[in-house]
Amino acid sequence: MTTATTGTRTTGHAVGTAHTRVEGRDKVTGAARYAGEIPFTELAFGWFALSTAARGRVRSVESDAVLEMPGVLAVLHHGNAPRVDIDYVGMLGMPPDPTAAVFQHDRVPHAGWPVALVVAATSEQAREAAEALVVHYEEEPHDVTFAAGSEHPDAYSIPGPGGPGVTGKGDLEAELAASAVVLDAEYSTPEEHHNPMEPHAATARWDGGRLEVVDSNQGTLWVADELAKMFSLDPAAVRVRSEHVGGGFGSKGLRAHQVAAVMAATVLSRPVRVVMTRRQMFSLAGYRSPTNQRVRLGADAEGRLRALEHSSLSVTSTVHEFIESGAGPARVMYDAPAHHTANRVVRLDVPTPTFMRAPGEAPGSFALESALDELAEKCGIDPIELRVRNEPALGPVSGLPFSSRNLPACFREGARRFGWADRDPRPGLRRDGRWLLGTGTAAASFFAGAMPSTAAATAESDGTFTVRINAADIGTGARTALTLVAADALQVPTDRVRVRIGDSDLGPAMIAGGSMGTRSWAWAVTAAAEELRERLALSDAVPPEGITVRSDTTAAVGALTQKERHSFGAQFAEVAVDVATGEVRVRRMLGVFAAGKIVNPLTARGQFTGGMIWGISMALHEEAVRDRNTGAHYGADLAGYHVATHADVPLVEADWVDDPDPDDPVGIKGIGEIGIVGAAAAVANAVWHATGVRHRSLPIRPDRVLEAGVRA
Amino acid sequence: MATASPSTYSAVTLNINGEKHTLTVDHRTTLLDALRERLDLTGTKKGCDQGQCGACTVLLDKRRAVACLQLAVAAEGREITTIEGVAEGDRLHPVQQAFLDLDGYQCGYCTPGQICSAVAVIEEHAAGWPSAVTDDVRPEAGPPPLTPEEIRERMSGNLCRCGAYVSIVQAVARAAENDARTGRTAEAAQDAHDAQGTQGAQGAQGAQGANHEGAAA
Amino acid sequence: MREFGYERALDVPGALALLDADPDARFLGGGTNLVDLMKTGVERPGRLVDVRDLPLDGIGTAEDGGLRIGATVTNSDLAAHPEVRRRYPALTQAVLAGASGQLRNMATVGGNLLQRTRCGYFADVTKPCNKRVPGSGCPAIEGEHHNHAVLGASGHCVATHPSDLGVALTAFDAVVTYETPGGPGELPLTEFYLPVGDTPHLETALPPGALITGVTLPPAPVAAASRYRKVRERASYAFAIGSIAAALDVRDGVVHEVRLAFGAVASRPWRARAAEAALTGAPAGAAAFAAAADAELAAARPLPHNGYKVTLMRNLVVAVLSELTEEATR
Repeated sequence: MTTATTGTRTTGHAVGTAHTRVEGRDKVTGAARYAGEIPFTELAFGWFALSTAARGRVRSVESDAVLEMPGVLAVLHHGNAPRVDIDYVGMLGMPPDPTAAVFQHDRVPHAGWPVALVVAATSEQAREAAEALVVHYEEEPHDVTFAAGSEHPDAYSIPGPGGPGVTGKGDLEAELAASAVVLDAEYSTPEEHHNPMEPHAATARWDGGRLEVVDSNQGTLWVADELAKMFSLDPAAVRVRSEHVGGGFGSKGLRAHQVAAVMAATVLSRPVRVVMTRRQMFSLAGYRSPTNQRVRLGADAEGRLRALEHSSLSVTSTVHEFIESGAGPARVMYDAPAHHTANRVVRLDVPTPTFMRAPGEAPGSFALESALDELAEKCGIDPIELRVRNEPALGPVSGLPFSSRNLPACFREGARRFGWADRDPRPGLRRDGRWLLGTGTAAASFFAGAMPSTAAATAESDGTFTVRINAADIGTGARTALTLVAADALQVPTDRVRVRIGDSDLGPAMIAGGSMGTRSWAWAVTAAAEELRERLALSDAVPPEGITVRSDTTAAVGALTQKERHSFGAQFAEVAVDVATGEVRVRRMLGVFAAGKIVNPLTARGQFTGGMIWGISMALHEEAVRDRNTGAHYGADLAGYHVATHADVPLVEADWVDDPDPDDPVGIKGIGEIGIVGAAAAVANAVWHATGVRHRSLPIRPDRVLEAGVRA
Repeated sequence: MATASPSTYSAVTLNINGEKHTLTVDHRTTLLDALRERLDLTGTKKGCDQGQCGACTVLLDKRRAVACLQLAVAAEGREITTIEGVAEGDRLHPVQQAFLDLDGYQCGYCTPGQICSAVAVIEEHAAGWPSAVTDDVRPEAGPPPLTPEEIRERMSGNLCRCGAYVSIVQAVARAAENDARTGRTAEAAQDAHDAQGTQGAQGAQGAQGANHEGAAA
Repeated sequence: MREFGYERALDVPGALALLDADPDARFLGGGTNLVDLMKTGVERPGRLVDVRDLPLDGIGTAEDGGLRIGATVTNSDLAAHPEVRRRYPALTQAVLAGASGQLRNMATVGGNLLQRTRCGYFADVTKPCNKRVPGSGCPAIEGEHHNHAVLGASGHCVATHPSDLGVALTAFDAVVTYETPGGPGELPLTEFYLPVGDTPHLETALPPGALITGVTLPPAPVAAASRYRKVRERASYAFAIGSIAAALDVRDGVVHEVRLAFGAVASRPWRARAAEAALTGAPAGAAAFAAAADAELAAARPLPHNGYKVTLMRNLVVAVLSELTEEATR
């Protein structure tokens, strides 16, 4: 039932008006069921056994003893598991990460590799049996060390989510030599993990000839399509549902748990649920690669860039290529006569990294926006003014015009509200008791793409409307946003619209990813709903079966003019640093964004501030530690891997400026990722302003602050 | 001698949300798994299963606790309240209503734990308990006002990876304000409201910039 | 997790008898540490004797005017108790700095003192650890150790004790009382934890089969002006990287009495007796505080990545004692 806070009875103005979540009551009463919470009779529980070797071969899996344990039904491993096909290209245009295709061979490419699934009648029995399972390995020497520095002898460049591996124009050395001010600095970010609060969970069962999977994912058809290809099934014979998703952040695509659950359900002919433990997620759910980045900037005396070079090195596994495109933001943010960017990757005996909230942009913007701040200091120019002076007219790499670029407006509005004008740029001057205070800023951008989607809008005979779109609401508020979009397109109050999502039977649609979900889905929903409204205007009555109109935006998306389409933002942070203890606290934060039309201000604010809070967490807390000796993580849990908690997060505010794009048929841009972009740099820049010390390696932990001291 | 293998199962009666449930549990079964897998009370969430996230927060004898480290067999005889038992029938608890109105969540997975925790925070504060950010813990100093800083510290055992902390704190402040027992909490909630305005809460665009208060109007 | 038996003890003799009857049995208090370690396979008891319902949950005045705290008092009740808050404020602050509201409601005083280290190697059964598997090695020394011990460690183990509560109790000369089938006993907290040496798996001096029944705090007027400060890698709900419990009595600008204990720097809560000795009778001021800290930390043997703890503890001593001095003279 829709609960509109405002605008329930007026029509046509739902978009832009705050609206509580349509599933909110279910979420606050505990009634909303997530993937691991749907009951099935005869349900069995699968528990992974993971490799303790970091590289080598499985010599034997001693399953006999385990099969004698109470309740144990099966032990799946490379010697007995069903074979799957991984020679295909998935919905996102990429081959599958072989990490998901479990138990196909005896090779062990990293510690934490799934070597077996123990299935038992209860989860307690499965856990104990999986822990008791003895696996013998032939171990080989491993290398998990991502050495310092942005160069590596084995590094190579590949295209990634941020575009081509390498871009370049102009004579870098000549422009650097001719620059009045030059900055050359190296930055690093650690391995970071998504850690959605809901662990990955899937239940698989065969229903007649059809495979049904109840899962927690960011795109049901994405997962269904991969499962169909992997198990050589007719796509129509696979149904994946994912109604409520407890966070994803890029980690919830096809993963080992769904594949293992399908295998076990197939072998045992009964429903099987596989849930990752929090510890297992550290090696099975993907992660953000650590990065080592080098930024070289050359500017004239007025701060105008003559040279920009950004190179970013990240890691991938030995079995799959994924590149963290840290050099991506430079391709959008700043131009220079000499402009060079490069993303390189090195293979190590580690799990495959993946998309994590603002892949490329999050670590890349830390380096680039820190470097801009350093350049501003060297030039003696206000960091906002430096950025305004370097606003490019065209895409620095593409040469295309921007569909809209309201970064200066974000800075103007943000500076006004943050009180930037009163700022003394000199570092290390402000004190409040034991705390040194400082402020910092940074710019943000994120690609505003769209992908084809289909939707269906039905006028029911009772006067209500049902919209079906295979969207995923991973906490973004997409279900509510699409309700508002549909209501306006239908010109009806929101409480007459119900939106069905999260079911692969609903047909093709964009996944919740790349900040493209709501933009892409809204497009398809609007198209179907508007046509339905036109049809209804011509018909006298709605028949009992209703009237349904379907849309497909493939042609419309394809017809979109080639432009640089991005959202932009300005981040501001104030921090307090106790240099005697090394503690850093963010005192306030403000982000002002230009992100197209804001559909639901209530949930949109949460998307922006949630991203900014990820920035706080990235700047100060998050770091996964790998033990060189075993090749496995050290402290792989939520006590060892710190994410920001309540006490770390002060008043964080987000707002937005007008960002119209007359050329764009939807006008909506994504807002799920831009909040983190630049946020860590704003915090780090504020730490410099407080202490006079630059922290170029994240997180800015107390030990690092203590060791760095204060500028004399 | 009792070194003979002990029984590893027991029949227990659990008092949950005012109802008695009798079941036989494997001693290894935590209260969390008993709720989720045996009793179909899936509102209590499993985020880490190690006491490191707070998603499984329930009330035991009216005090908040993590169900993942509580063995079900050891919970016999205790009054257990889960998120399913927080509301009074169809009427949401003020904390639930405030979370709904102020968007104190995103994905919703940590939400039942946050709400159970917040219900207890208001109780603990009403009982005069200090916290780690209370300046003066001596009883003579009196109970601290429930400022946003106090709420944040007291709620810190509940992680929210979506980062909905700002609106969660506002929701707890509002629920505390509506709690009749103390006038100080209302004052604190006012502080939270005032703090909200320090950077100007109004949107730059009139129609799109409705602030949290407007959202709940 | 291995299958196990479960019994609920209703009185102390019954609890001792149940434990005595099964060498594979362990006492279960709040379970916040033991149940976690059972899930990760670090602990594999065959039977649990639940002691939470024992009548040991009171806080009362001892004959000497000190405080007697029962072993099953929860951390929350300890922190909220008016006498604790009035007479030993650093103890309340230490408890409140630990864990979360949920965990403090579950955890007991006895269990807190017996909690195991949070070293990531100890907590992961796939890795070597001398404390968990004697003789298997200590990977922390060559590996990850930025939050490991700088005081009192050995080449066999560099793990720290995670308790906050124990640090304040150590500063206030707490005595642990226990019962065994052979009768009662007591141990000062400063002697409760064994030196690491080459036996890091042997952690306490409690006799086998003993049940902690409580903790006694002697009267300590100095404790009325006391403070606990904890530094950690996020603002709350994290273990310390360094903490300090301090109490100070300054008369006419001279340190009359001082209590200092450090947390997260050693295998036990670390009573800083060398610093106390250096300070007693010295003028209260930053220079003397720093010199006293240096006297204590001269024994520090940092590893390559935890040397910052020496700086941190020195700074904490100066900062907290300076604050207490300032408050006393205000």
